Amino acid sequence: MDSTVQEKIVSIIKEKFEGEILSVETPYDFLTINLKKENIVEIIQYLYDHSEAKFQYLTTLCGIHYPEAGQIAIMYQLHSLVNNWRIRLKIFLPAENPVTPTLTTVFAGANWMERETYDFFGVKFTGHPDLRRILNVEDMIIHPLRKEYPLEDQTREDKKDYMFGR
Amino acid sequence: MAKEEIINTTSTEVEQKQYTTLNLGPTHPATHGIFQNVLTMDGEVIIHSEPTIGYIHRAFEKLSERRPFNQITPITDRMNYCSAPINNIGWHMTVEKLINAEIPKRVQYLRVIIMELARISDHLICNTVIGVDTGALTGFVYLFQFRELIYEIYEEICGARLTTNIGRIGGFERDFSDKAWAKIDKFLKEYPQALKEFENLVKRNRIFMDRTIGAGPITAERALSYSFSGPNLRAAGVDYDVRVMNPYSSYEDFDFTIPVGLNGDTYDRFMVRQEEMWQSLSIIRQAIEKLPDGPYFSPNVPDFYLPPKQEVYNNMEALIYHFKIVMGETDVPKGEVYHCVEGGNGELGFYLISDGGRTPYRLHMRRPCFIYYQAYPEMIKGTNISDAILTMSSMNVIAGELDA
Repeated sequence: MDSTVQEKIVSIIKEKFEGEILSVETPYDFLTINLKKENIVEIIQYLYDHSEAKFQYLTTLCGIHYPEAGQIAIMYQLHSLVNNWRIRLKIFLPAENPVTPTLTTVFAGANWMERETYDFFGVKFTGHPDLRRILNVEDMIIHPLRKEYPLEDQTREDKKDYMFGR
Repeated sequence: MAKEEIINTTSTEVEQKQYTTLNLGPTHPATHGIFQNVLTMDGEVIIHSEPTIGYIHRAFEKLSERRPFNQITPITDRMNYCSAPINNIGWHMTVEKLINAEIPKRVQYLRVIIMELARISDHLICNTVIGVDTGALTGFVYLFQFRELIYEIYEEICGARLTTNIGRIGGFERDFSDKAWAKIDKFLKEYPQALKEFENLVKRNRIFMDRTIGAGPITAERALSYSFSGPNLRAAGVDYDVRVMNPYSSYEDFDFTIPVGLNGDTYDRFMVRQEEMWQSLSIIRQAIEKLPDGPYFSPNVPDFYLPPKQEVYNNMEALIYHFKIVMGETDVPKGEVYHCVEGGNGELGFYLISDGGRTPYRLHMRRPCFIYYQAYPEMIKGTNISDAILTMSSMNVIAGELDA
């Protein structure tokens, strides 16, 4: 996506949500917009309804845990099929109590994606019709993709970094 | 009850009436995979269904956070195991995007050949299984031998059949042998005939048409809202194909059409897949015809592509690289990339965040099955159980991809 298009998309968001944009990045030429968490659903609804942008396809949605910052980011990737524009929107929630409104009001497909994010990161999507675990068992008490749950037994010594000169 | 009446039934009304609850799955021969549906039924009509998934969840995203990049390839095999090479190559291309690797044209064409063969094997299974579910076992048994031929081609190229782990970051582990080319030729010669025969048996068959037309339909609008992709979206009439929208691996060099359906029902899904197989065959022929000369791997990524064994024994640098790769000690640049390929079921995406270490910081896989299967309860509402089975097989729900 060339930079004029990227600027255009940013200006479309700025038209109505000027104060919501925290920063704009383009890693590997992919427009990524970090937003304030409060009005995320309104912004996505606005991009959905916008006569030119038409971001009417939710490609994917996922969580990312940043333990140092104490944050959980939610990444929404939207696709405007008419223009073939792809953007990534990110919001950052506090890791202790991540709460954000649901996107199921805009996209029906957000249902299971949000359930998956709840399952793995413990993000509570308010207004979600059926917020239960989806891939893990119901009585699991942790949210496994958070970084505080290491993959392997931490009492093992033979796989420590110094064994490999790291 | 009329269909509209059933769709408008609220959940409290459901509770007040007497209905049968039926467990479809978790292990049932007709579901072709391990997932459960608790159906609430009024006679033979489905009022409500409650899917449960996750029976074969293997924590791929978590596992990936501890594995070096080349060791993630075997994980991707196990997502859509009917077309494992597409997953493998999609992952390789994601890493290549992250490390900015230049991939030779020949590798890209060879990849196209493999990916299209994988697409054929995926659609072949799906379509013949639709046949099985409507009572036509012949097509399944007959065409299955051609999947066997495709698996033999894989075997010739990478040594494995189902979970292929094909290729490496940067190219293929070896060039296609003469035997592999001979097998591809054999496949290209024999398969169209058999596919045509299968098509003649089924396509205009009155029984098949009566069973599939109007079974489990979805409108384009709902399909888009549910983020459908791949043949299921195209059957609903939306011509979205990643190969055309965001060409990768030189797909822009080939001439092919994207078939679309009209009603989004089982018959349309069947027909779209059927036509895609013909298109895939044409792409493979074009790729073989235009196949450029050159190396079968990229010489620019020594940190990721295992050096040839002879080099390892005779050249110190190659030996160092060999150990670095095998021990998973290659760091990658910081960054985040999204790369998607047109998998057997739709847009298969890899969202990779790297913090500059030897493993991904976070890897999210956009699995098309997982996303479109959530529309299943809506699609089967008001139909009867035999149509529900057909709808499921025509959506090509693969448990491995569903549960990651």
